[in-house]
Amino acid sequence: MNGDTAFHHGDAPAGAPIVEMKDIEKHFGNIIALAGVSFDVHPGECHCLLGDNGAGKSTFIKTMSGVHRPTRGEILFEGRPMSFNSPRDAMEAGIATVFQDLAMIPLMSVTRNFFMGREPTVGRGPFKRMDVDRMNAVTMERMREMGIALRAPDQAVGTLSGGERQTVAIARAVHFGAKVLILDEPTSALGVRQTSNVLATIDKVRKQGIGVVFISHNVRHALAVGDRFTVLNRGRTLGTAKRGEITPEALQDMMAGGQEMAQLEGSLGGTV
Amino acid sequence: MATDTTTHPAADERLKTESFGARLMKRPELGAIAGVILVTVFFVLTADPAMFTLSGIVNFMTPAAQLGILAIGAALLMVGGEFDLSIGSMVAFAGLFFGAATVAVGLPLLLAIPLTFLFAAAVGAVNGTIVIRSGLPSFIVTLAFLFILRGLSLVGLKAVTGGSTQLRGVRDATEGDPLAPFFSGDAFGPVFAWAADRGVIETFGNGTPKVPGLPVEIVWFVALAAVATWLLLRTPAGNWIFAAGGDTLAATNSGVPVRRVKIALFMLTACCAALVAIITVMDAGSTDARRGFQKEFEAIIAAVIGGCLLTGGYGSAVGAFFGAIIFGMVVIGLGYTSFDQDWFQVFLGGMLLIAVLFNNAIRKRVTGER
Ligand SMILES: Nc1ncnc2c1ncn2[C@@H]1O[C@H](COP(=O)(O)OP(=O)(O)O)[C@@H](O)[C@H]1O
Ligand SMILES: [Mg+2]
Repeated sequence: MNGDTAFHHGDAPAGAPIVEMKDIEKHFGNIIALAGVSFDVHPGECHCLLGDNGAGKSTFIKTMSGVHRPTRGEILFEGRPMSFNSPRDAMEAGIATVFQDLAMIPLMSVTRNFFMGREPTVGRGPFKRMDVDRMNAVTMERMREMGIALRAPDQAVGTLSGGERQTVAIARAVHFGAKVLILDEPTSALGVRQTSNVLATIDKVRKQGIGVVFISHNVRHALAVGDRFTVLNRGRTLGTAKRGEITPEALQDMMAGGQEMAQLEGSLGGTV
Repeated sequence: MATDTTTHPAADERLKTESFGARLMKRPELGAIAGVILVTVFFVLTADPAMFTLSGIVNFMTPAAQLGILAIGAALLMVGGEFDLSIGSMVAFAGLFFGAATVAVGLPLLLAIPLTFLFAAAVGAVNGTIVIRSGLPSFIVTLAFLFILRGLSLVGLKAVTGGSTQLRGVRDATEGDPLAPFFSGDAFGPVFAWAADRGVIETFGNGTPKVPGLPVEIVWFVALAAVATWLLLRTPAGNWIFAAGGDTLAATNSGVPVRRVKIALFMLTACCAALVAIITVMDAGSTDARRGFQKEFEAIIAAVIGGCLLTGGYGSAVGAFFGAIIFGMVVIGLGYTSFDQDWFQVFLGGMLLIAVLFNNAIRKRVTGER
């Protein structure tokens, strides 16, 4: 299928992308999870990565966030080639990821989770300690901004609902000055109201000039906030479309594997 | 939609204010503190009142402290999600190293003690590295080291002594060393003498206090509990320990150096064993291959009584502190009662079972699991 080039008419927004991924391949032993995927994100846009289960979405963003090293391909961060050895490297560069499996520890308090791995300290030498008061205050404040009332900053994350946990993770990424925020299926396990809250949060984050990569297999959720849409199928990109240039039906068909190519081409304006 | 994000969240009608009791329930050490109270009440009712005099208290705090030093190390490691079954054998192995360094080589304590700690840390690092690299459960890797270190201690003792499994002469070798008072004997002697003069504490007929000072292991025990608690609750390293034990993957993805944290914890546990070895070997004046026998189980039990979850990510050093005190009280306290000493094991098993059931219930509460 050569849809890869054919659908690349969703021009990128003006300006340089923050992250550009070129022909990324990822093999796990003899499994080819990604067979050449290109993708970019610009500041202040929400670029949706769509695809059915097993399409390779999670694997792809894990190469972007330093969890996996790509087998082949190039990652440019602010125009420079980058190779991340760990999620920490990527995080320090400004790529924050809210993983599908969330990276939250239920037994730990919201504050401890919020600052996990990046605890602010006061004091020096052997008396260097976490700035607990500030950590608690920041956590309460950031969560309130996102519309979540914590009982106490030491409330265990395990007692929060799924949407609230997503929000903690997003708030954490924003607080630490992410330039790119990657959200892996943040809405897939949520109810209607919690989903709306998360989508509204994505919109807020984008308006702050952060580039958002929003992964979903739900077309309606993607269309609600997305600026551009890239569809992944069986480890390949089927194309990128801009907001307003594609109908939900066309996106849906593309995700299903492109069997309805003719119909899809029609809706894209017959440029193929 | 998110319209309600602007309304004041404090007004959420579904939030019940938490009672003091509910907040207390969330402390991991609650069970151990309740246990100390229960055990104290039990012995106040059944034991000779001598148990709760100053000398009686020092009597049960001394074994509690020796165990507690191990238990605090074990607790930190358990919070970090790993076990070390080799700490008991490590006591013997470090004891051998320390004994050989002081007696056979004749090193001063200023060299022998840091070398013993370095040696123990290296063994801990080997333990930890194998666990981390192989991805095997630490239970099985350290079980292997339980036997390896015990066996090496035996073989090594025979090699150093020329056939005996006991190495004597540590007291002669360390007598008068300026560092000796920090690792053997009693601390705060002058304070106790002063209190005896004032008649605040019990004295013998000739006016010397019945308790000449605080055994050094108790001082180490209290200091270690304080430092470990501070580390866990107030430093980034403590947050990393909880995170590493709570969920390795989530912690790694959040930028916590999980491998380094875990290996450091194995090294710390081994150093706790070395500290106990140094103190007890200097106290006894000799070391033998049975030193620290089965202490790994007692240390883990004290940590569990102290609220550590076997699955990691939850627990406290204060809890292990009280867990060890319960231990000391029961071991020594039964001697002050008319009960058969051998009830000790039944008591211990019972405490462990209750603690595990209790901890499990707490975990479900904290995580909101149903
Ligand atoms: N660590 C791994 N080892 C082997 N195969 C993997 C691994 N991670 C993902 N895969 C495979 O790669 C494919 C894509 O998976 P994934 O990226 O999780 O899909 P998605 O997130 O789109 O549902 C799947 O077939 C999955 O089995
Ligand atoms: Mg996925």
